[in-house]
Amino acid sequence: MNKHTPFIRLAKREDIARHSVWMIRAASFVAAILLGCLIFLSVDANPLTAYKTIISGALGNKNGIRQVVKYAIPLLGTALALAPCFKMRYWNIGAEGQITMGALGASFFALNYAAAMPAPALLIVMCLASILGGMLWSVIPALFKARWGTNETLFTLMMNYIAIGIVGWLQGGPWEGKPGSQIIPLFDPKAVLPRLFGVHIGWIIVLLLTVVIYVYMNYTKQGYEIAVLGESENTAVYAGMNVAAVTVRTAALSGGLCGLVGFMLASGTNQTMYSDIAGGAGFTAITVCWLAQLNPFAMIGISLLLAVLCKGASTIQTALSIPASISDMLTGIILLCMLGCEFFINYKMIFRSHAEKEAE
Amino acid sequence: MENRSEKIHAVEFRGITKRFGSNIANDSIDLYLNKGVIMSLLGENGSGKTTLMNMLAGIYFPDEGEILIDGKPVSIASPKDAFDNGIGMIHQHFKLVDIFNATENIVLGLEDRFDLKEAEAKVREICDRYGFEIDLSKKIYEMSVSEKQTVEIVKVLYRGADILILDEPTAVLTPQEIEKLFFVLRAMRQDGKAIILITHKLGEVMAVSDVVAVLRKGRHIATVRTAETDEQKLTEMMVGRAVKLNIARTESVNITPRLTIKDLTCRDKEGFVKLDKASFVANGGEILGVAGIAGSGQKELLEAIAGLRRIDSGSILYTPEGKEPTELVGKTPMEIKEAGVALAFVPEDRLGMGLVGGMGMTGNMMLRSWNKGKGIFIDRKEPEKLAEKVYDFLEVVTPSIDYPVRKLSGGNVQKVLVGREIVSEPSVLMSAYAVRGLDINTSYVIYNLMAEQKSKGVAVIFVGEDLDVLIELCDRIMVLCGGRVSGIVDARKTCKEELGLLMTKAGGRGAAIK
Amino acid sequence: MDFINVSALIKAAVLNGTPLLYGTSGEILTQKSGNLNLGVEGLMYMGGAFGLAAAFVYGNMTGDSAVGAVAVILALVASFAAGMLGSLIYSFLTISLRANQNVTGLALTIFGTGVGQFVGELMRIKVGGNISISNALKDAFAAPILPKALQTIPVLGPVLFSYNLFVYIGFAMAVAMALVINKTRVGLHLRAVGESPATADAAGVNVAKYKYIATVVGGGISAVGGMVYTMTIAGSVWNHNGLAGEGWVAVALVIFCLWKPVNALWGSVLFGALLILYLRLPLPFMPTQIYKVVPYIVTALVLIAVSMRQRREDQPPSALGLAYFREER
Repeated sequence: MNKHTPFIRLAKREDIARHSVWMIRAASFVAAILLGCLIFLSVDANPLTAYKTIISGALGNKNGIRQVVKYAIPLLGTALALAPCFKMRYWNIGAEGQITMGALGASFFALNYAAAMPAPALLIVMCLASILGGMLWSVIPALFKARWGTNETLFTLMMNYIAIGIVGWLQGGPWEGKPGSQIIPLFDPKAVLPRLFGVHIGWIIVLLLTVVIYVYMNYTKQGYEIAVLGESENTAVYAGMNVAAVTVRTAALSGGLCGLVGFMLASGTNQTMYSDIAGGAGFTAITVCWLAQLNPFAMIGISLLLAVLCKGASTIQTALSIPASISDMLTGIILLCMLGCEFFINYKMIFRSHAEKEAE
Repeated sequence: MENRSEKIHAVEFRGITKRFGSNIANDSIDLYLNKGVIMSLLGENGSGKTTLMNMLAGIYFPDEGEILIDGKPVSIASPKDAFDNGIGMIHQHFKLVDIFNATENIVLGLEDRFDLKEAEAKVREICDRYGFEIDLSKKIYEMSVSEKQTVEIVKVLYRGADILILDEPTAVLTPQEIEKLFFVLRAMRQDGKAIILITHKLGEVMAVSDVVAVLRKGRHIATVRTAETDEQKLTEMMVGRAVKLNIARTESVNITPRLTIKDLTCRDKEGFVKLDKASFVANGGEILGVAGIAGSGQKELLEAIAGLRRIDSGSILYTPEGKEPTELVGKTPMEIKEAGVALAFVPEDRLGMGLVGGMGMTGNMMLRSWNKGKGIFIDRKEPEKLAEKVYDFLEVVTPSIDYPVRKLSGGNVQKVLVGREIVSEPSVLMSAYAVRGLDINTSYVIYNLMAEQKSKGVAVIFVGEDLDVLIELCDRIMVLCGGRVSGIVDARKTCKEELGLLMTKAGGRGAAIK
Repeated sequence: MDFINVSALIKAAVLNGTPLLYGTSGEILTQKSGNLNLGVEGLMYMGGAFGLAAAFVYGNMTGDSAVGAVAVILALVASFAAGMLGSLIYSFLTISLRANQNVTGLALTIFGTGVGQFVGELMRIKVGGNISISNALKDAFAAPILPKALQTIPVLGPVLFSYNLFVYIGFAMAVAMALVINKTRVGLHLRAVGESPATADAAGVNVAKYKYIATVVGGGISAVGGMVYTMTIAGSVWNHNGLAGEGWVAVALVIFCLWKPVNALWGSVLFGALLILYLRLPLPFMPTQIYKVVPYIVTALVLIAVSMRQRREDQPPSALGLAYFREER
């Protein structure tokens, strides 16, 4: 220590107590809520009332809860789908498009084969088609990345809009229902996912998926490959892993699961398909996945939280005349605060005078 | 050396000390250099020469002592301060922007008026002055290593450096390019610059420097005039007296050739030859030491044998117990591992290769066995048992066998690395720098492990830095220098001087044996 | 197709391409420093909403004595400031707090679109209907700014001289940016920061400072693009859906332009054309919706081609998307 030691030095933390981690996270969540209060105040709304309305609107009655679950399902499913890719440091930003292509695959069978097949078979075929659709969409950029190092962030991003465009075309063209409506007709009831407790069984599927992904990432050989590759390509080669194969396979898995989410959206939530069917879930799920630190169980909580915000916001629009887009703002603020707090979890700030005292 | 010299020197270190944790890298160093002099800074790995120069360059800051430039004490807390004091360092790893040309790289970071034409003219002037040859229109990614180095030197001169530090500059040059470099160095000396060459190549030290400063284990041993010394004396100063370590060495029994290496040659990405027709035999039941200055090809040799590096030519014949010899060249790393050839390489950053920092001991044991067995689930039982084994017999200090190894102290990380390879019961065990930075007791544990493997009939290849250790532990010692095998000696009959001379290509067999 | 139609097409392309020009140039500046800001969509929303709000509030406050030029300046300042604020948050998180750039950018998009829509909705609620700005003010933004005489020159007149002021400002801005990046010391340092922050740092360049400034200024410029869209194309009316996707097209255009602002000049016109071509030039075999996504297809192809050719000068900045940590001294 001398006069040339900077005033504040950053040092990576060796270790941090579990409870400290949660305290820091809780503190940043509270900070986000407080910032939200500021926004409510700026429009002359009482923050307490506003928050209460959000919660009661979302959780106060059966219908609200059902909506919350409906919103949460695609978020959770997609976040789970993205976990293997992110673990491998393969930045799959194309979930939105992969969901859409999955919905497309499912819809193809829903619209054309509903008459020809019994319900369970139809649903299974739709499910498989959706997985295939998402998988295909995800594998294309992965192949280019493996072979030529093409930037996957940008490529998968572009694929999103191409997918949305394709569906948009189908919507107004070959699959159009009433001529001139630009809408794809509703599915035959046989092609609709059954419900349990008022919500389509997608919720069971994603809960199962949570366990599956958890097991996959932590207990299988492939999960191990992903973990090693994510840490160091050199070590993966050393361990005899085929980097290109793992990349493409993981992207395929991710895309397939996104496609499955598309199936749930098409067959469960909407009973039809339209170009915007993913509704931004592909992007929001990226933040969910990241904030959960790739832990599948944490994703359940975060998805529910964001879903509550979403549902609650439409309530305060009707009840308090506050624009519903406030939920996006709140979501954004929470996400940004949580992103920021990770820094304080990983690094500690050493103040010069404090450190000098320590040295004595 | 006098401590309180009253003459004004271009650069002077007084009582400089630098510690990294418990390791004393520089211990109260007094050293000076005058204008118009080329000084070679000589020392083995770990002698502290790079650390000392890094303090002059503003990358580290001394814990004690002071640095004087032109007789005035200065504080160099950043590379910018170094520039301001007229100091410029040319590192081994160039810091250049690939898509810029030479001139753009040279003016990067400067605050004067931005005029590339003017800058180019000035650069040309410097080149003409000292005899540099660079094509100013080429982009960096189009240049050869020697051209890039030239850009780095000109960069430093452009900023008005009067004191230049070059870190192992000839490591990447061909003989012709080395001559060109010396020509330029002499021209700069003529111009009154003070030049420090960090090097270990005695031949070059004798050829181009005026004075030689020798460091050993963090201390400044002596500074002598090149004209008044010779390579032998320098080697003695560099390696010092033999130190008795009392490493138990058993007699080798049942020596059978396990690895027969013939004319192994490897080039790196830029086509530079890293391993040059290496030939030797590693026997089961014996410890073959590998000595050499860092960068002499040790890393490349082990990686080549382990299948991690492309081999340009040569053969590696592997003869397991009671079986026919097989050619290892061309096999995948997995196949070579399965055959029983194990590599425990401790790189400078320890975690770089071979370990997954975020996983615990168990996870790291799995790197060997993850693909075994049918089914999609990975077997944790076996790796767990192995982890426990390593934890026990190497006394790894860790809260649990699943605690991330990244968070372990350096020594324990190395224990995991070496331990993992040993528990796989290989028939050839290669280890490199296994005791790097370890305390005495842990080091002895490792030495004993090696000896134990030897008595089991394993062919042990031990790459190390400490000559005392090599002499006491190994049966034979192979010395690498510049990618070539400069000699293989009987460890019981050799001495540090002979090894030192072989390491610096200064002499061969028969030189001054005590 | 006669001349009039072609020139009308070009005119429409330029008009539609101008918001993209701002969005893309801003993001090019940001990416040159190594920051991949996926929040452009959010920034353009913020710029559009705040720019409109500024003009609207000014118009309300001054009534008939409103001066067009003042409204324009206020809108410019408001949108630029909004963009700067948004990208300041992004910068702080990614540069100082070392958060992941992809995720932070997306969070910014969510936040920014939320803010934009919120402000837009808020204005609508307060007014009780659609925001309306007096025609005089509208004209200040959208009307052609060069003398009528120039506009009536056959062929060249409509194509070159009949645009609103933002088109010309945008042109000048992109040219200026190209000059700064390629011909000045600041530009050299910026490029070094984006290519090899370690080298720049060793040379004494303040890496964090350059990243901050490039990202914040770039974000401001992108946000102005949102304002330009709202005030010149959307007729000074807040239109949620109209602006949707502009930011993403701008990001695509950055890649298409190979990170060179000069390319953005014609690239934005091309993409602007593609965005409206389906109306002007229907092709029998090309469905509307596919037509609309041609920019993305083209960009994907460019990405592939660039990665295959491996020409160093066309690659994204080498340190794009990576945070820079100086090693502990």
